[in-house]
Amino acid sequence: MIGVQDDNNATSKDSMSESTIQPVGTLEVPFRRRFSLDNRYLAPLFITFILLVGHLFYGILESYERTALAITCALVTELVLGRIFYGKWLNLASAYISGISVGILLRSPAFWPYALCSVLSIMSKYVLRVKGRHLWNPSNFGICVLLFLAPESVAALSVQWGNFKWPLLVIWILGSIIIYRAKRLQISAAYVASFFAFAFLRSWITGDPWQAEVAPITGPMYQLFVFFMITDPKTTVKSKKWQCVVVFLVAFVEMLLRLNQVVYAPLYALFLVGPTAMLIEIWMESRKQVLAGESI
Amino acid sequence: MIRGKTARIILSIIFVALLATPLVLKRLSRGATVAHADPSSALSRYGFYLQEVAQSSKVNFKHQAPTLDHRLDHIMPQVASMGASVSVVDFNRDGWADLYVTNSGEGSKNALFKNNGDGSFTDVASEMGVADLNQVGTGVSMGSVWGDYDNDGYEDLFLYKWGKPELFHNDAGKKFTRVTDKAGLPPWVNANTAVWFDYDRDGRLDLFLGGYYAEDIDLWHLKNTKMMPESFEYAKNGGRKYLFHNLGNGLFEEVSQKAGIDTRRWALAATVADLRGTGNQDLFIANDYGISELYFNDGKQFHEVGNQTGVGFAPKSGMNASVGDIFNQGRYAIYVSNISEEGVLIQGNNLWVPREGTSSDSLKYDNMARAMDVEIGGWSFGAQFGDLNNDGMLDLYLVNGYVSADRNQNYWYDFSKIAGGNSTIISDAAHWPAMDGRSLSGYQQKKVWLNDGAGKFVDVAQAVGANDVFDGRSVALVDLWNRGVLDVVVANQRGPLLIYKNNVTPENKWIDFELEGVASNRSAIGAQVRLFWDGRQQVQQVSGGSGFCSQNQRRLHFGLGKNPRIEKAEIRWPSGKIETVDKPVAGQVYRIKEAD
Repeated sequence: MIGVQDDNNATSKDSMSESTIQPVGTLEVPFRRRFSLDNRYLAPLFITFILLVGHLFYGILESYERTALAITCALVTELVLGRIFYGKWLNLASAYISGISVGILLRSPAFWPYALCSVLSIMSKYVLRVKGRHLWNPSNFGICVLLFLAPESVAALSVQWGNFKWPLLVIWILGSIIIYRAKRLQISAAYVASFFAFAFLRSWITGDPWQAEVAPITGPMYQLFVFFMITDPKTTVKSKKWQCVVVFLVAFVEMLLRLNQVVYAPLYALFLVGPTAMLIEIWMESRKQVLAGESI
Repeated sequence: MIRGKTARIILSIIFVALLATPLVLKRLSRGATVAHADPSSALSRYGFYLQEVAQSSKVNFKHQAPTLDHRLDHIMPQVASMGASVSVVDFNRDGWADLYVTNSGEGSKNALFKNNGDGSFTDVASEMGVADLNQVGTGVSMGSVWGDYDNDGYEDLFLYKWGKPELFHNDAGKKFTRVTDKAGLPPWVNANTAVWFDYDRDGRLDLFLGGYYAEDIDLWHLKNTKMMPESFEYAKNGGRKYLFHNLGNGLFEEVSQKAGIDTRRWALAATVADLRGTGNQDLFIANDYGISELYFNDGKQFHEVGNQTGVGFAPKSGMNASVGDIFNQGRYAIYVSNISEEGVLIQGNNLWVPREGTSSDSLKYDNMARAMDVEIGGWSFGAQFGDLNNDGMLDLYLVNGYVSADRNQNYWYDFSKIAGGNSTIISDAAHWPAMDGRSLSGYQQKKVWLNDGAGKFVDVAQAVGANDVFDGRSVALVDLWNRGVLDVVVANQRGPLLIYKNNVTPENKWIDFELEGVASNRSAIGAQVRLFWDGRQQVQQVSGGSGFCSQNQRRLHFGLGKNPRIEKAEIRWPSGKIETVDKPVAGQVYRIKEAD
């Protein structure tokens, strides 16, 4: 089902969201609050920090231009679509995260994939919706689509940034603190624990060294995946318990894909499991409403 | 505010159209490759075709790979993946280009194919004393470069290895004498690149040698398995670099640190050229697992300017360095090959073109590989510029393919898994999953990119007969039969040496220059010829090593197109002297000795 509904009632300010559609605050907001560090901005600040650390220490970006293009396309698409469908200039924090995620995670010598991926990511929030909720994490959707449709032109970030451990530790610790403040640490923790368990299981099944199975999670793709994609409040289920179950299933599907030698297993696993979980939740909620209506 | 059904429908249509965009772009870009054609139509359409003639030329050489420490058995094919190389030399000065080919199996023999001038070759390496150079305990050959280090008129041989590098003096084309010890070369270097050039222009050839694995690693007797790169893109635990300053009398002094070359990136290819028109030879190093490095040479000191010039920004897997004046503008572009594998890793090769309006120390480069259609070449290795159809524009020949094993199974998934790991994981070979006979970017089609003169290259490999799918490493361009065309010689890892005889339409003319220095080094390495014809100009220089583990012929070959009117050839010698040949005639080899 394709449709668009106003998302304003479902916004979340305490999130690592990259998919929240949210209007800019009004003049009634107290002066101090307008300048306080809203949790909503922690995520954009954190991902900018990752970008800066990664680039200044290691030069991770394909180029400044490509990353800027990805961010700009995401912001412009959000502004235009927000204006068209909600009549407002939306808060751009989530679009910024989508754009910067595309700029970091997508690897291509060409420019067009960055623009296309960002635009598709943002558009997916407005097009692929069921009962007012969008299903896919935006950048996960955009990147998976590009990897699937244009494998000759794009790849996803899959190599290590540099060799030092402390930037890695800083990012993991800082990310954990921020995501704790956003009350979503359980999601990341459940996924990481599941990943390690399945890594050892894969090692046992394939006979490959366990270090090789654990290796991917030490890379930067997983930092973004763990802190920004799987925790996105708009594309995760509401109950904390089920959030953990869903990311466990993401890790499980990832393991199945890895056993079939799928290079971008985590991205595809989230692409498959995330929307399925959302659809089930939406169906159950709607069923509850129907039952509640019948009982009245 | 629009919330209507119409807006939703329009947005959905746009969304679907955008989803279809990559498929449309893929379809549109298919025109860059030309399908198989027969020789006569290739000759009429592209002006040339290639015919593989190694067997009929009595060249039967198959490269053998080494067997390293047993602790690398599980990943042996990818570690022991280099060593096939070819370099061109006229070692006996008989006017016919000969070929030196390296082997890498323990106890295997290198070959020196003497060109008999009648279309056949004879391997004379054993009788000349340059065959049995892969003995157990000495390492194995990786490549060679030729240069007349003592200016006696005969090209001497420098052999670099994963092991002990060797220098051989050419005794008037009759024998080679090992002079390694006297020269003062290091006892062990795991090198994959070397270049002869006269960096200080004192008239004697100096030597750059680039380490790949660290020099304290004996790949046959590992102290431990932590010998792999510490990162796939940021590794700095490779071999050191050497710059041997030629002191004369067969003595060399290692001056790399003093001269400003101090890097431990994983060098796979290096070449030198006068990139700024200063007369000094600048040094370009293509590094595996990291950024490329460019060193401007002021005649005494080298200054690393990779980031400043733009060539050392994005880390890739550099495996080739070759230069060519692809626009006929009198400036060199630099071609660096990297890795691209559909759906896994799209690094793209780099074609670094000097940016308009920049020059001298402010020189900057833009990567034009995508715009000019020379970006995607698979797991690329050696590449060389040369005018294959004599139309007056430099074309590009690229070989590729890493490990061709089981056609139905590939190692890419496991490779990408470990490549993303932290240094403690990736740097230890014991952590790498076993290859188990799987291919890794194997059986790849080569690229013969024809320069259309209008800013694009078109791949005509299949059409002109470059149909092999061996694991290509080293490619050299040489006129093997003195016909005024560039033939192609390809050294393949664990594969045969291929000789592609080039058949070029006689309508397209040519002119060659064979230079001999006097005040300059006698090999004239670094000498530059700028040819002016039909309102065009093209610059080429004598190279002491380019591509991947290879060296083209020293003779400079210019294609001229149809009915050329040549204005002049301007020769700039390394000594700084400039000579001009007015109205040279097409179809001839000009042998020019530097004026005293």
